[in-house]
Amino acid sequence: MSNKAPFSINFLGIRRVFAALSIILVIGSIGLLATQGLNLGMDFTGGTSVVAKGENEVIIDDVRSALEGTPFEEATVVRYGSPRDISIRVPTLNDMPADQVGPRLTEVVESKLPGVKVLQVEFVGPQVGDELRDESGLALLMALGLMLVYVWFRFTNKFGVATVVALLHDVIIVLGLFSLTRWTFDLTVLAAVLALIGYSLNDSIVVADRIRENFRDTRETDPEKIINGSLNETLSRTINTSFTTLLVLIALFFFGGEVMRAFSEALLVGIAVGTYSSIYVVTNMLFLMKVDKQDFIIPEKKEVDDMP
Amino acid sequence: MTRYPRWKFFLLMAVLFVCGLYALPNLFPDAPAVQISSAKAGGVVSDSASQRVLRQLDQAGLEHGPGEHIDGGSWLVRFSDNDSQLRARELLAGSLGDDYVVALNLAPTTPGWLRAIGASPMNLGLDLRGGVHFLLQVDMDAVVNQRMEAWAGQIKLALKNEGIRYRDVQQDGQQLRVQFANSEDADSARTLLRNALPEFSLDSEPEQRVLVFNLNPTALKEMQDYAVDQNRTALNNRVNELGVAEPVVQRQGADRIVVQLPGVQDAAQARRILGRTATLEFRLVNQDYPASRAATGVAPPGTEIFPFRSQGDRPVILDRAKIATGDEVTNAQMGFDPQNGTPQVNVSLDSAGARRMQRVTSQNVGNPMAVLFIETKTEMRSRTNENGETEQVPVSTTDRYVINVATIQDTLGSRFRITGLDSPAEASELALLLRAGSLAAPVTIIEERTIGPSLGAENIEAGLKSMALGMVLVLVFMLVWYKVFGIFANVALVGNLLIIVGIMSLIPGATLTLPGIAGIVLTVGMAVDANVLIYERIREELKKGVRPRQAIDEGYAKAFSTILDANITTMIVAVILFSAGTGSVQGFAVTLFIGILSSMFTAIVGTRAMVEMVYGRGARPPAKLSI
Repeated sequence: MSNKAPFSINFLGIRRVFAALSIILVIGSIGLLATQGLNLGMDFTGGTSVVAKGENEVIIDDVRSALEGTPFEEATVVRYGSPRDISIRVPTLNDMPADQVGPRLTEVVESKLPGVKVLQVEFVGPQVGDELRDESGLALLMALGLMLVYVWFRFTNKFGVATVVALLHDVIIVLGLFSLTRWTFDLTVLAAVLALIGYSLNDSIVVADRIRENFRDTRETDPEKIINGSLNETLSRTINTSFTTLLVLIALFFFGGEVMRAFSEALLVGIAVGTYSSIYVVTNMLFLMKVDKQDFIIPEKKEVDDMP
Repeated sequence: MTRYPRWKFFLLMAVLFVCGLYALPNLFPDAPAVQISSAKAGGVVSDSASQRVLRQLDQAGLEHGPGEHIDGGSWLVRFSDNDSQLRARELLAGSLGDDYVVALNLAPTTPGWLRAIGASPMNLGLDLRGGVHFLLQVDMDAVVNQRMEAWAGQIKLALKNEGIRYRDVQQDGQQLRVQFANSEDADSARTLLRNALPEFSLDSEPEQRVLVFNLNPTALKEMQDYAVDQNRTALNNRVNELGVAEPVVQRQGADRIVVQLPGVQDAAQARRILGRTATLEFRLVNQDYPASRAATGVAPPGTEIFPFRSQGDRPVILDRAKIATGDEVTNAQMGFDPQNGTPQVNVSLDSAGARRMQRVTSQNVGNPMAVLFIETKTEMRSRTNENGETEQVPVSTTDRYVINVATIQDTLGSRFRITGLDSPAEASELALLLRAGSLAAPVTIIEERTIGPSLGAENIEAGLKSMALGMVLVLVFMLVWYKVFGIFANVALVGNLLIIVGIMSLIPGATLTLPGIAGIVLTVGMAVDANVLIYERIREELKKGVRPRQAIDEGYAKAFSTILDANITTMIVAVILFSAGTGSVQGFAVTLFIGILSSMFTAIVGTRAMVEMVYGRGARPPAKLSI
């Protein structure tokens, strides 16, 4: 069997190191999510955000001082792509009707900062934000749940568990990274995470499928050799597919503009982690569950004589 | 090797041809244009008006097209660039006056033969073309309260007519409690009220002498549906009055309405017009009581007291009975008083309103009549709830004031004018609101997204740039790695893009958004996965010593189930995303879904056809594959 594999890397030699790494990353991510959560975007928190462009470079501190003494002192001012673009985000204010914030902020910005024009105003009411948050959480759970159902139909127990654990591993680590870096988690990032769920599972299924095929078709009995051979056989596919996907994501990251940046960040990280997990998390889980040839012998029909 | 079925070739060719044909209109970018339509419903733009417009444009030195009539009696002039389009609108809006609505529009440049087969470019989302998106919340509590009050009145009337004495009728949410002095009265009222109120169910006796009616859920839902639909219609009328091309006014969920106004830059005006619930009532001024009585603030029976705005809020006593209301207005136009040049609104009433107006005014010549202005404003106010959290709730306040009192000179019919307005702008807005109809329930804006047109253009550019770059990188990689088979995959990839664009253009409701472009870009990267799977299998088979033709067969056969897996998982995700997401994220789900389907088709059927053409036809089987 090993003679047909284009690679012969001993993946499993250091699997314990990676198992430890994965466990640390997952626990760390869960810890971060539990303690400081995600930096939720305006889609989920409600509030008002304004994107403005200056004729020349806009100095962030100028914007901050322009907002001083106005009701918008609490605003977050950040660069938005080019040096001429800024984004100002204001949380829901208690003493101003929510739909008034955008127009008044626009007035303040355009009157106090000469040459700066507001290009985009977004306002999300607090109740809409709450709903989107609930719906998004539900969508995430639903996606995971449906994947579970799909895998359950598709595989025997051990492979199903292994692929689902790999899937959770990827999602948790990406969310953990967003928590650690305080990158804004908004609707487009959620879309990226959901796309990742599909991608990650697919990647694991390809590897798991091959392992299963080889368990059935070869005379080899050592699970370690079978799994390592399978990983080598699928390696060029795993790498090539991840690579082409990474190529387009890099294009999106650099040229897709500010809106697509967080989206491509989430998927870039997700696909890197997903590729790794389809190799190591899936196999580590299989070892942990002591997969062997017995699992693949098609069970003969039982006699009814074990009934009393 | 088995012969490749011929019908697959034909299917492939047919799909590519149809999608290619319907993708074509996207190569013809829309031209900036100004659309002029009559402000009267069903009116057309006269030839003299259109000639006048063309002359004015020539005088202003704006380069323009010849002008053309389009559906619905409107007339449209094309321009070479956005700048002259904007200048033309400003010029024409000023000169054409109130009889015509001048709107920015985009004119398709698709050749006639393509339009004849129904081909049109993809719809672009607001994030790509610029515009305003509003999500409006209909204040259902206000609707319910209003209706419940009316029902309470109905109960009192029915009891009075039957001579049944009652103590009190209380309204508590969706519940009406009727209290009687004794249980005999309650008993005799029971059957009567049950028949009079089919929308309610009678609560089983909580206590004697009280009848409790609960509003049925179906009646509640009907009431809410009616209110939302009524509001949607009114909003639709208003948006049309604003002169927006291709607006979207859609119901979303139980009590929300989405309004999308492409190309609108003045969000403030749109916001003001959408949320306003202004209407008018015409009533007689009551002269039975002296002015001092009005100053006390306590209205005599059958009357109400309102401030007269233009006279320092002097209180005026009006009869409760309405002669006519804003709902009976069929047309309203802003104009100017020919004598003193002050703004006025010329109003036409429908037949019911006109009949009443005629009857009342004929009996009251020489008496004063007042125009009462009623406006409900809804604002989001912060409030601390019982858990100590701050939440925002809609609070509606209704302003009523007299804008005009005039002595009835003669019998009025269906047409008359309203004066006493502050400014031409106010007159024009009042005319618009009267024409468009009032909202059945107050609305608040709970979400707003405004995207400037230049930002939209930037987003399109960013999307196209990243798509082109991503595509080139993938094409080069596949060519280098899989050689001739890489070319097959690349041709399939380009075909895939063609199919996605074709299908997106074919589906009328599909809208391309920036995340939608990201979806296409992502599909480009993931689409080659199917080919990678197949080709790696073929390579493996070749290494095992299998002959080339059989290796191809094996490769396609063995990779198929894996490809199916990969795509089903992503399709499930796309469906979830579509149902949970909103607006632009749904655009991502749509392109992802279409992209997955079409990529499966091109990557499996498409590349196979090419492989057959190159390696399958020859009499001698190929000795080597370029893979």
